[in-house]
This record gives sequence, structure tokens and C-alpha cells, in this order.
Amino acid sequence: MSRNPLIREVPPTSWYFRHPLYLRYMSREITSIFIGAYCVLLVVGLQRLAAGPAAWEGFVTALQSPASIVFQFLCLVAAFYHAATWFNATQKAMPLQIGEDFVPGNVISGAHYAAWAVLSVVVLFFTGVF
Amino acid sequence: MKERLVQLEVLRYNPDTDTEARFQRYEVTCAEEWVVLDALNKVKADIDPTLNYRWSCHMAVCGSCGMMINGEPKLSCHTFLRDYEGVIRVEPLVHFPVERDLVTAPDDFMEKLKRVKPYIIPKEKKPISEGEYKQTPAQLMKFRQYSMCINCMLCYAACPEYGLTPHFIGPAALTLAHRYNQDSRDGGRKERQEVVATHEGVWECTFVGACSESARRTSTPRAPCSR
Amino acid sequence: METISTDVAIIGAGGAGLRAAIALAETDPKLRIALISKVYPMRSHTCSAEGGAAGVIKPDDSFDLHFDDTAGGGDWLSDQDCVEYFIHEAPKELLQLEHWGCPWNREADGSVAVRPFGGMKKKRTWFAADKSGFHILHTLFQTSLQFPSITRYDEFFGLDLLIDEGRCQGVTAMEMRSGELRQFHAKAVIIAGGGGGRMFPFSTNGAIKTGDGMAMAYRAGAPLKDMEFVQYHPTGLPNTGSLLTEACRGEGGILVNKNGRRYLQDYGMGPETPVGKPQLKTMELGPRDRVSQAYWHELQKGNTVSTQWGECVLLDMRHLGEKYIDERLPLVRELCASYLQVDIVKDPVPIRPVVHYMMGGISTNTKAATPIPGLFAAGECACVSLNGANRLGSNSLVELLVFGRRAALSAIEHIQGLPAANTKALNARAVETQKRIDGLYARTNGTESMSGVRKEMMDTMEKNAGIYRTEEGLQEGVKIIHDLRQRYDKVILTDKSKVFNTDLFQMLELGSMLDCAEAVTVGALARKESRGAHQRLDYAERDDNKFLRHTMAYFKGLEPPRIDYLDVVITKSPPGVRDYSGDHK
Repeated sequence: MSRNPLIREVPPTSWYFRHPLYLRYMSREITSIFIGAYCVLLVVGLQRLAAGPAAWEGFVTALQSPASIVFQFLCLVAAFYHAATWFNATQKAMPLQIGEDFVPGNVISGAHYAAWAVLSVVVLFFTGVF
Repeated sequence: MKERLVQLEVLRYNPDTDTEARFQRYEVTCAEEWVVLDALNKVKADIDPTLNYRWSCHMAVCGSCGMMINGEPKLSCHTFLRDYEGVIRVEPLVHFPVERDLVTAPDDFMEKLKRVKPYIIPKEKKPISEGEYKQTPAQLMKFRQYSMCINCMLCYAACPEYGLTPHFIGPAALTLAHRYNQDSRDGGRKERQEVVATHEGVWECTFVGACSESARRTSTPRAPCSR
Repeated sequence: METISTDVAIIGAGGAGLRAAIALAETDPKLRIALISKVYPMRSHTCSAEGGAAGVIKPDDSFDLHFDDTAGGGDWLSDQDCVEYFIHEAPKELLQLEHWGCPWNREADGSVAVRPFGGMKKKRTWFAADKSGFHILHTLFQTSLQFPSITRYDEFFGLDLLIDEGRCQGVTAMEMRSGELRQFHAKAVIIAGGGGGRMFPFSTNGAIKTGDGMAMAYRAGAPLKDMEFVQYHPTGLPNTGSLLTEACRGEGGILVNKNGRRYLQDYGMGPETPVGKPQLKTMELGPRDRVSQAYWHELQKGNTVSTQWGECVLLDMRHLGEKYIDERLPLVRELCASYLQVDIVKDPVPIRPVVHYMMGGISTNTKAATPIPGLFAAGECACVSLNGANRLGSNSLVELLVFGRRAALSAIEHIQGLPAANTKALNARAVETQKRIDGLYARTNGTESMSGVRKEMMDTMEKNAGIYRTEEGLQEGVKIIHDLRQRYDKVILTDKSKVFNTDLFQMLELGSMLDCAEAVTVGALARKESRGAHQRLDYAERDDNKFLRHTMAYFKGLEPPRIDYLDVVITKSPPGVRDYSGDHK
């Protein structure tokens, strides 16, 4: 047997530098850290609310510190990025067929963006912004 | 016909004589309209008969000539010199063992295709004498795009998940399972789920999307990787 | 050398080989089946077939009409008992594929759709867009995966048949990734190795189409039948030779010369029909031989369009519109856009005839049996005499199925009650193959370059055995090919490695092509008439008195083949006039 195949290993820690697509994928994955962190923040908020008005007041004050605002801003950017990349992916993940034809991908993504915008307006309405 | 001197840098590996791969540089005069495969064929005929690669149809349908071209998985018969400047680097598809030069071993891929039971498991069997199963154009369109995969394995070379976790069944096999699940004549979804809906199946896919990017470059643009 | 014992060995895993394997596995699940191919099954050239597969299915059609189209289309060189069997089996096989999941295009009511095709009086070509062969091949391959009795030997290069006591009892093959030889001992062997169109320089055929199966049977003593009949497809891309399916014309595309004239009307295929309303069996839906020959005449008259790829005529599909083209001919659009940078929606595409198919091949009877007991053949490598002197488009994909299955059934009949094999004798034969291969590696006195000999062969075939042939040209062709076969023994094997040595495979393939090419040229020289795809400028008429017979070429080593003849089977359709003038009388 003269066979002796060459195995070219995939570098386990730096593979995502091999291709811009992989880098974009990793950056998307990283956004989930911020989203997770913000969820923790919300849970802490609930817990503070349950502990009484004083605890809640303290929590709200802490939220207004510059560091906290920077953190919340980062979370917002990450959430935007995560949402946008997901909406763009829905073209492939959620194909929709009507009769013989498939709904064009940009319509599917567009519908997601539209729903997002509507929901945001509703939320902002209830929080009293309008 | 416009001509130009093309420089190719081709990965060479001969298990009889080499312990590791090396790159070899070739310079070859090509017509501007040629594809990378044409350039390789000219190298093989006129410069170096010992260069090895697979090819056949030269129309992006047989799936033989998948290679990494400047780091991207491509069919060399459908990769045009006009889209490249400078040295073109040609390597065997990544994520597969290299038998020799640009020839890889697709054994794992072949095994995985088989595992998803890619054939009709009829809902109700009927004899040929009763004619065809009726299938409306809408029912046909539901799965047709998933039946276009040419098994060229570019998507396996593009998929980082497959590179890192080789037990992942991979884009083409998942697509094929989906193709039969979506077919109005088929009743085998449950049997296929045993493989597809497991940790080695669809849940291992992390939605990088590189598979469909690679498939777009074959002649089957709407092919794989929707789940 | 490792020995692999099996019941039936199949060489070639394209449409015919896979169909045979499935038929064997279904008929007798206990049979051991070895499916041997030099490529992975889905790389087989069946995948490049585009247009579709013919079978009578619609109420306005009849078996008699399919019979007449096929017999007349073949210029009465088809064996009519074979045609009769074929037309009746065709719809069953296509339905079988439907049951296996082939994505045939459909009518609104869910029944299969059919499209018009050249030389066919009715719409009877089943299709899956313009990737019909691809879908047939993949459906067969995927279906075959459910049968545990089929053992595939992918990338095993078939070398020599093992013949003992006058029976075919196996084959030797090289495992390409190791360079090691294996001998397969089998009670029956089916060859399904495809055609050898690569002996021509300009061909729709993939690189693997080198006539290895034909040559293997030929060297073992089976005659090659009607090899001089080589089909030119009228519409190939002028640079790569890629096929633009006949469905381009079936769906309404027209052929025009540089003056914009639909020139087919000047060659017995008129009068002109309205643009975009194709009429069956006339004008652009004439048979391939006539349409390709018309190009040659236009070339002589100076009516072709000069392009950077040579002299062309134009295939105009613009009037079909973008939506229809994308629905019915998406691959054609893609091929023209990428390889020629022409958008068929906006511009006519330059095309010229290109070698496409070999009507000839290993002589088989209607049971797919060769004259050597235990050896069967099906598909393009075989000549069961369905296609006669000119194959009709969309008959060959069905031929794969009908005769692939038939070969399997015949093989099963054959292996009942066979005496035990003399393994010693088979071993001895296999050792001869090993010696032949070792000899190639050991050759040191080589003086000829492989690409040089190959190029000379291709150029000779095009120049001397092309669409139109002459006595002088063929004599020269016979001589050059004969010389090349002698020179082949001095070709240098540059690469002496064992693992996946494509230099070696190309050398073996060149040998196969040269053997087949000699049968083509010698057969063509001997046939002093014009019939179907074999056109002689010096013998312009069909001569049924002398040549209503099949050419049989027998291998004679380095000498030219011995030529013999076999009568054509005529049952109900006596030779007549091929009429492609439509209904206009």
C-alpha cells in the first residue's frame, strides 16, 4: 500500500481568520455576550423591584452612571447588529412558497424589519415617548 | 482571441516521495476567456504530466473539479481567469484528506450522503402499472431547488463547522434529506430524523452561511443549506 | 493480487450501470453485485444530458409513432425487434424513475409534462428542466444506496476482461488511489462504460468518455458494431463544445445564418414554420444528422458567421422571453452567460456542430447480450441497434434504463447453474494484466509524448472522419490511426508513482480511444454509401442493396480490425424516404 493521505489540520483557535465570512460569523456570535449580559441586568432589575422602592431607586440611579450608560449603549449596538444579521439570514432560514413561486428573499427580510419597526413604535408608545 | 501569461501556484503532494505538501509555480499562456481548469490542463499536457487532479464535464454539473482557488472553494471549470489578477493559488479542497496533489478522499462525504436515506420511502406504495404519482408544479417547486446539489463538496470545504467537528453530517447531506422530506411522494421524514435531528445533524449547524455562498458559484445557484 | 468474488460485476456506474445494479438487487437480493467505476457514480457523464427522455405516455401518442420516428430517424439501420422492445419498455422505465423520485416537470393537473424533440412526431420527451440527465443519474445513484447487496468500487479503473473456456468470468481493475490491481471473479459481467467521443477534439463529452468499456470488450474478442456512425449535435458552444440542448429548439429557438435566413428550409426540412411556434419533425425539429449536415453546407456557401471561435451559425431564442427561458432552459442561459458572455434573452448565441454520441458500440442483441457468453453491455458503449445510423435526441437516456435493466435480467438468466470457475486460469489471466501495467511503468525506450499522440488522433478524426467523409480522407485517416497505434507502444509514462497516477490513466484511456478510433475509420472507409450520420461526398446516396447491414469490427491486435457484416432486422418498416418537410405537402 503506497497510500498515505495528507491530513491538513484546521487550526482550532484561529480558524475564523481564514475567511471574512467566518470573521463576520464570529462577530455575530460575540454580540450574544452583550445580549446575555443585558438579560442579567434585567433580571437584577426585577429582583431590585421586588425588594422594595428604596432598592429600585438605587438600581435606577446606578443605571444612570456614565459607565452604565456606555454599557447599555454597547448592548444596544450589539442587539441591532445581531437583529440585522438574523433578519438577513431569514431569507435562507425561512423560505416561503406561495403557489409555484418562492417569495423573494428581500421581501422576507423586509417583513422582519417592518415588524421590528412597528413593535419598536408600540413599545416606545407605551413607555410614553410619544 | 486575447491571450495572457498566467501564473499558477499549485499545491503538490506525492505520498510516494513527500512527507509534506509544497507549492509549485507554473507559468502558462492562456486565452483570456479560459477557466482555471483549462490552465491546469495545459500545464498537464505541455509542462508537467505528473500533476494530478480530477475533472470531467467542463460545464459545472459533474462536480469533479472542486478545488481551493485563492482560498475559496470553487469548481475549477467554472472559475474564470478574467476574474483574477496576479498569481492564482490552487489547493485541494480543505477538510478532506489529500491523496495526491489536488486529489482528495471523499469517503466521509459519501458515507454521510448514504446515512440520510436519500431515496423515496413511499407514503403508499403503488405498482408501475397504475401510472405516476400526481405532483402539482407547486409541489414540485417545494423540493426542486434542494434536488439541484451536484455533490461537488465545495460546501463541506466552506463549512467551518465541518472542519472543526468532523462528525457533523454537513450541508449537502442535510439538504438532500430535506429534499426528500419535502417531496409529496415521500413518507420517510421520521426515519431520516433519526440522523438529521441529532447532535451530528442539523443542530450542529451554526448558520455561518458559507455553504450557500460556495454553492452559489456552481451552476446550481439556489442549491443547499436551507433548513 | 487481491481477488474479489462476486456474482455480477458491472463496469461503469452511470445511468446504465446503476440501473443494472438496482435491477439485480431488486430481482434477487441474495446476489452479490460489484459496481466498478473509474469515477464516483454522480460524476458519470449521464449527468451532462440536458433535454429529456422519450416515452409514450400521452393519449394523442402511440407506440407505432415512436417506432416509426426511431426507425426512420435511424435511417433504417435500427434492428426493429429491438426498437419494438424499447418503445414498450420506455414508459415503464420512466414511470419507475418517477416512483423513485425523479423531479420530472409537471402539468398543472400533476401528471408528467412532455416537450417536443427533434425527429419526433409527437411531444413525448419527459424532462426535468434542462438537467434531465443530471436528475436521472442522481435519482438512480441515491436509490441505489438502499440496497446493501450493491458494493461499490468507486475509482477503480477497469482493465481487462477475464475470459476462460469462452465465457466472461470477471475483470481486472486498478484501485486508483493505491495503484494496486484487483481481480474480480464474477459469474457475469455487464459493461456500461459509456462512449468514446473524446477521440474527437471538439466534443460535448466529458474527459472520462474515452471508450474504455468498448475497447475492453473489443480486445477480448467481442465485435464493435456500426462504429462509423458518430453523431454531431447541431448546437454546441463554439469554444468549450458544451452542449446546448435540443430543447432550445424544441421550446422554439431558431437557427439562422449570417443573412438572418432560417437555412434549414434549404435542406429538405422546410418550408419555414412561424417563429416561436415549433412544428414537430420539421425545420429546427429535424433530426440531428440533417441539421448538423446543413451547417456544413452553409459553411461551404460562405453563409456562416465568423467569430473569434471560428465559423458559426446563430441560435436565436430571444423571442421565448426571459420568464420562459428561466423556467425551461436555465442551464442553457447560465452556460452561455458564463462561458460565452452572451445573454440568450438579449442576443442570439453563436453555435456549431459538435461530436456528441456514438451510435456504434459493443455488439449486443435485444437481450443486451454480447456474442461472448457471460458478457453483457448497455448504454452508449453498447450497440443494441436501437439508434441505427442516427440517434434521435431523448432516446438514449431511456436506452440506458431499458437495456441497463435488460442486461441485469439476462445476467441473472445466465448465471443459473453455471459450472464452477477455474480460478487458477482466471488468476493466470489477471497476472497478464499485471504484467501489461508493469510493462508501462518499466518502459524506458519511450520516444513519443502522450499529448502529442493524442492531439494527432483527435485532429485526424476531425479532419478525416467528420460530418462529411471521402474515400481519400478516410484512407489517410485509417493510415494515420494505424500508425498512431504502433507509436502508442513508444509513448513515455512520465509519472512512475503509484497513487492516483492520472498520467497512467490518460495513457490507458488513449489506448482505448485509439482502438475505437481505428474501428470508426476502417468501418467508415468500408461503408461506401451515405446513411444517417455517416455521409460520404463520393457516395452520396443510401445503398440498401449493399449496406442495409451492420458493420462488425473484430480486434486483430496491432493490425486493422477484420470487418464483417450482419443483416439488419426489419420487421414492419421497410426502408423508405426520411421526410422532414412537416405537414406542408
